[in-house]
Amino acid sequence: MDENLKELIINNSDSIVDNWMDEVGRIKAGNYTASISDELYENTNREFVNVIFTSIQNEGSSKVVEEFSEKIINLGWPLSYITDGLQIFRRVTIDFLLAQADQVDSNHFSNVLTSVDEWIEPLIRQLVNEYSGSWENILSLQRVALQELSAPLIPVMERITVMPLIGTIDTDRAKLIMENLLEGTIKHNSEVVLIDITGVPVVDTMVAHHIIQAAEAVRLIGSTCILVGIRPEIAQTIVNIGIDLSKFPTRSTLEKGFTKALEITEREVVDLHVKNQGIEDIMHSLKGE
Amino acid sequence: MNPRSCVNIHKEWDIVGARQLGREMAKEIGFGTVDQARIATAVSELARNIYLYAENGQICFEYIYTNSQKGILMTAVDTGPGIKDISSVMQDGYTTSGGLGAGLPGVKRLMDDFDIESTVGEGTKIKAIKWIR
Repeated sequence: MDENLKELIINNSDSIVDNWMDEVGRIKAGNYTASISDELYENTNREFVNVIFTSIQNEGSSKVVEEFSEKIINLGWPLSYITDGLQIFRRVTIDFLLAQADQVDSNHFSNVLTSVDEWIEPLIRQLVNEYSGSWENILSLQRVALQELSAPLIPVMERITVMPLIGTIDTDRAKLIMENLLEGTIKHNSEVVLIDITGVPVVDTMVAHHIIQAAEAVRLIGSTCILVGIRPEIAQTIVNIGIDLSKFPTRSTLEKGFTKALEITEREVVDLHVKNQGIEDIMHSLKGE
Repeated sequence: MNPRSCVNIHKEWDIVGARQLGREMAKEIGFGTVDQARIATAVSELARNIYLYAENGQICFEYIYTNSQKGILMTAVDTGPGIKDISSVMQDGYTTSGGLGAGLPGVKRLMDDFDIESTVGEGTKIKAIKWIR
């Protein structure tokens, strides 16, 4: 019976496809795919329905389905295009098969429903899996990319290193910060490490706790940690909440922190231009005499 | 007429979601940057407490109006283990997780009104209000 039904719809694929194309064409207007050109939409639909029929004919042809889903994912079409399409195909096919039968008893009815479900289910499963697989892939790539960005350490000059922090600090990131900070401090032989929190949106007790721990660890390996980039509103919040940051130096901006770092390493920035100006002044005054 | 927005807290990243919503709503009603930071920090503390101790909970925000002033009310509700001794958790430096122990007393100082109810084995409910000055 199952085989008969299959033969029936394959022999009458043209009329089923026509009905399906009609219905799918109708849902285009009011939804997500409205911006897609009619030609592309129709071609893709035709391909989609061919994939469905190939799959039914071969009882699950994963290769074709895989290629098709990859194409749809690359086009960036939503998953609902696939599920809507398959839902419509189911409806159209059931309608067609029931209309073909001379008399519809409950036996035949359930037979039709079961057969159509058997054809469609593996398709839905595979297509949804392909889609969610591609999302998971993107997500894990982004996680890796984020991790690479999360705790950079920049040796700006001999014995001075800067760690600029941007964005939210969670537990994982706090661990990375600590590791990179200590490793980098030893590797670059830094005397002073500046932690810049200009880009950290909120400093709550957990963030503060991690920063205090990191600074304490840096102190243990013999370097000084300066916390810079404390915006006025963050300063007020830290005071309100009652966090004690008095154990290590803090500065409002990276610039001021850097000056402090130079002070600690007993160096200073000398303006060459002013120096030359001074010499020129002396030359002038000599000429004047 | 009084929209209420909620965020469920299950994962660590939900803390960020709650904080952003709190900050957004505070900004909309007219809080300045300092108060926005205070509110965001308070949300962060409450959400983190839910994540750390109760694992499951919800933070809701709504605007409140009286005759003379307006403000934002946040409600943090969880179905966690509850707090046995509320007076000790409201002390500075009390911690069971190795943190700074400034969370709840800090929130109380950051906000204007603060109210905590907790039943051991049932959960905790914290209400905090910040008024616009």
